[in-house]
Amino acid sequence: MKFTFFLIIPLLISLFISLACTPAQTNVERGISEQVLYIGIGTEPEGLDPHLVSGVTEHYVLLSLFEGLTTVDPKTLEILPGVAKSWTISDDGLVYTFHLDSEALWSNGDSVSAHDFTFSYERILSPKLGAPYAYMLYPIKGAEDFHKGQTDSFSEVGVKAINAETLEIQLHSVTPYFLSLPTHFTWWPVHPPTILKHGSMVDRISKWTQPKNFVGNGPFALKTWRLNNGISVVRNPFYREADILKLNGIEFLPINLETEERAFRAGQIHLTSGVPTARIDWYRKHRPENIRFDPYLGVYYYLVNTEKPPLSDKRVRQALAYAINRESLTQYVLKGGQKPAYHFTPPNTGGFSAEKNFSYDPEKARALLAEAGFPKGKNFPEIELLYNTSESHKIVAEAIQQMWKQELGITIRLHNQEWKVYLDSRQKGDFDIVRAAWIGDYLDPYTFLGLGISDSGNNHSGWRDIAFDQLLTETTQTLESDKRFELFQKAEDRLIEAMPFIPIYFYVRSLLIDRSVDGWYSNILDYHPYQFISLTEKD
Amino acid sequence: MFQLSIRRLLQAIPTLWIIATLTFILMQLTPGGPFDQEKPVTPEIKKLIEAHYGMDKPIHEQYIQFIVKRLQGDFGPSYKYAGWDVDEIIAQAFPVSLELGLYALIIAICIGVPLGILSALFHKKPMEIVFMSLALIGICLPAFVLGPLLLLVFSTELGWFNPFGWNSFSDRILPALTLGLFYASFIARLTRSGTLDVLKHPYIQTARAKGLSSIRILFVHTLRSALSPVVAYLGPAVAGMISGSFVVETLFFIPGLGSFFVNSAFNRDDTMVMGTVLFYAALIILFNLVVDLIQIWMNPKLNRD
Amino acid sequence: MINSKTEKMHLSRSAGSEQTKLWETLYRSTNALIGFALFFTITLACFIGPFFVPHSYETTQLSLGASAPSSQHLFGTDVLGRDLLIRTLIGGQISIFVGFLATIIALIIGTAYGMVAGYVGKKTDALMMRFVDTLYALPFTIMVILLTVLFGRSLVLIFLAIGAVEWLTLARIVRGETRNIKTQAYVQAAQLNGLPHHQIISKHILRNLISPVIVFATLTIPSVILLESVISFLGLGVQAPLASWGSLINEGAQKFDVYPWLLIFPSIFFSMTILSLNFIGDAFRDAFDPIL
Repeated sequence: MKFTFFLIIPLLISLFISLACTPAQTNVERGISEQVLYIGIGTEPEGLDPHLVSGVTEHYVLLSLFEGLTTVDPKTLEILPGVAKSWTISDDGLVYTFHLDSEALWSNGDSVSAHDFTFSYERILSPKLGAPYAYMLYPIKGAEDFHKGQTDSFSEVGVKAINAETLEIQLHSVTPYFLSLPTHFTWWPVHPPTILKHGSMVDRISKWTQPKNFVGNGPFALKTWRLNNGISVVRNPFYREADILKLNGIEFLPINLETEERAFRAGQIHLTSGVPTARIDWYRKHRPENIRFDPYLGVYYYLVNTEKPPLSDKRVRQALAYAINRESLTQYVLKGGQKPAYHFTPPNTGGFSAEKNFSYDPEKARALLAEAGFPKGKNFPEIELLYNTSESHKIVAEAIQQMWKQELGITIRLHNQEWKVYLDSRQKGDFDIVRAAWIGDYLDPYTFLGLGISDSGNNHSGWRDIAFDQLLTETTQTLESDKRFELFQKAEDRLIEAMPFIPIYFYVRSLLIDRSVDGWYSNILDYHPYQFISLTEKD
Repeated sequence: MFQLSIRRLLQAIPTLWIIATLTFILMQLTPGGPFDQEKPVTPEIKKLIEAHYGMDKPIHEQYIQFIVKRLQGDFGPSYKYAGWDVDEIIAQAFPVSLELGLYALIIAICIGVPLGILSALFHKKPMEIVFMSLALIGICLPAFVLGPLLLLVFSTELGWFNPFGWNSFSDRILPALTLGLFYASFIARLTRSGTLDVLKHPYIQTARAKGLSSIRILFVHTLRSALSPVVAYLGPAVAGMISGSFVVETLFFIPGLGSFFVNSAFNRDDTMVMGTVLFYAALIILFNLVVDLIQIWMNPKLNRD
Repeated sequence: MINSKTEKMHLSRSAGSEQTKLWETLYRSTNALIGFALFFTITLACFIGPFFVPHSYETTQLSLGASAPSSQHLFGTDVLGRDLLIRTLIGGQISIFVGFLATIIALIIGTAYGMVAGYVGKKTDALMMRFVDTLYALPFTIMVILLTVLFGRSLVLIFLAIGAVEWLTLARIVRGETRNIKTQAYVQAAQLNGLPHHQIISKHILRNLISPVIVFATLTIPSVILLESVISFLGLGVQAPLASWGSLINEGAQKFDVYPWLLIFPSIFFSMTILSLNFIGDAFRDAFDPIL
């Protein structure tokens, strides 16, 4: 029929075009010759204001745009000088004096002064700004009171610019891990004139993060930013150590996991934010040099509502915990080298590795359940396991549901909710068992065990234990790390004994990395300063 | 027709107002706010954040303020993406979706209409099954299946196309196909049934008897009225196509509007939800008007109504 | 011409002859037979087949993981080592059930609504169509989320949610066609002859609407089946470990280059159902065709 030309013409056109535009050079190749890193970051960052963001994605981008007082050696996690080229600590461990590098400049050429830091800390601690992570600065004397509005005057907060190049920080109490805090983005400075040009100090709604307005002090400067399309940064000529910079620029691409993997296989990005589980085995087998599993400071757990029977019975909670075969879960379902969790704090959190406190023991689980009045799961009421909608949470829940069914003879209904509804249910205690996870904010067990404190905003389990609270308070008053770790271990013991949180596994960050990338070291903080990264052709 | 357009544009005002109001109510009722996160901020801080956006005021005041602002053309800042205004985001993303949607529309029509006519002409002949199966591909393989399949074949295996991105013209082809084939199925099936209906009409039979070539019959007499259901279908379909597709955008990493439609709801980004809803509503109203105008053009008698 | 046509329709009014004609046409069409056979087989397999499969849809076998089709598991297993055959069959029960019921609801609402708007016309039409515009524009995700919160989850809500959106386009098509038909000379003649509205509607309009309505309905079923998985994803409707075709296909599509069988088998069932329904739909269309 003559009408077939309707079909043939568009096909021919598209064929011709596609052949004509076949990509000659991949991003990876172009990146190597131009020293531009193409990196997948998973999702669009919520913003570029270091005082307002809270996520991992934002961290990846901001690390190129800002620099704090200290930074971290990605290989050893040793604290390195950042904007502060040196510092002194008073004998009582309460006063830190930082001497700023006179060569530290903003991306517009202004020098970074101690006053910029006082401005920044006042900004993030101002209650009006509503910074979600302001509590990261609470170790500073008076910071909590100021942030909670108990005092209006920032002069009572222990941050002082002695002169343009000297910053003094007074702590509220001894904080052994204090020097690692300024590596977190909440501690990074913002450029006061830029902030004030586009609003007041405490304005959330501000245009200062737009590329045309942006001023930062990191190794790179913001060039373009288009939502869902990418952020590109270029070498900051004013960076204090511009000569150690090898990269000329970085392209941050907010691509979702599956697309990212496809892009990586096609040689379009150097690094990904993760690896789809289904692809892990394939890479292990075919391209082992491209896949990496880094330990990661996070725990995946099930939070139990201890106020609802039968879960109010400790033995039931223990039975549930003992009946989960975590080895089989991590090995066959998660596949990314996640570690089975038999305690709550991830191993080697700031040097602390908790002792394994229980094990996979179906026998004991059955016995405990029988003791609680449900032999072989008889008469066990139907309870619900709530998780937020996601493929990975679903398969973990499905696997565990079956384990409980097979080992204990109990039936647990699965229930998924959309993310914000799930958060709402969780906060209201409207659940029996709920999926939860925690990523550590800093390298200290407190960031994990603090979740169990009675008045913690994240302890939705209804479990209250004064002795546990006391142990954790003591850790903040103890300087000696052996003693602190002992206290943490005791807290771990109490937590696992009561089992309001059933630990399941410890996170791993899996990623795909091109062989041309140098200077990307595995570390538990997932901290990879871009000034140490370069691209070289490998054969 | 001019009168009709004017009347409809006037009707659009109360319609948009009702849509805005209903959406406002829906957003108020839905649990979870834009600033709820897994690591929650304290209630005091949350109140302060909400104060920045006027969410601390009583509901009726918020509503009045909200309507006044929209009347001034101010869609407010996005709650989720700090530093961006809703109209900025739409202005940035819509041209992309529009372009993708237009290509998809061209593909849908260029494939759908001929396939539909062909299968009508081959009615009750073996070839019909072939055309019908072709027509149904877009339905049997939804975008989230078709997209990865096309990528596997044409990008991973053959290497003809980039696996992602929106830079060169060749980047447009696979996404447009993925989006367009679905609509092509509907168009093909509706065209086929319309053509069959019209072919059986006595006046076509008469024309055939007079010995005009069958192709001329088709074009002169049939197509116009056969396509009436297709046109009615295309109104909302075009509005849907050019306002972006979440699945296609995510698969191919395209900075279009579709992902904002979906994600703004998940993020409870109220201003963004409102912006996208009103934008989409305007498109729907516009295209449904265009459909009515085309239908009048196809059947002038309608104008008397 | 006009008179002969109305006459013809009046003459062929006896119910018996009409039914015979319908079945005759259906019977004579091979496509229809293929369609019926295919659809019947699939439905039978989904509803009776599970009794003959020696696996459970939820029992996991983690160490087995995703395995290719074998004599043990004809369709292979999914990532948790669950038998895909039984999961596909059980998923079919959900999908076919939801697909049909929701489509019928959408069909009835859409046709009735569109016909009234198109037939009455004027202000009623304008008002009714602006209502449709409004429903189009309201954010679907938010509405579904709200439903989950207000009513928890139940299968009825799926129909409500799907019904709320799927009838809109049909209403617009029907309304457009009704308006067209109304301008036809024979309808106007019938009006002038004082034929009551309900007779005009049932004799002239409804019959001429059947063709686009059937076509659209057969295309709505797959949309509904897929929409169900979106809605379940939002927490309304089917809960894990149960899975519908929509969710199986969705899951398979993410992994198909590694575990192709996860996509292929549910997709075959889905596609075959659509194909068979379209065959059946075409046959019905031909059978109902007013002027043969």
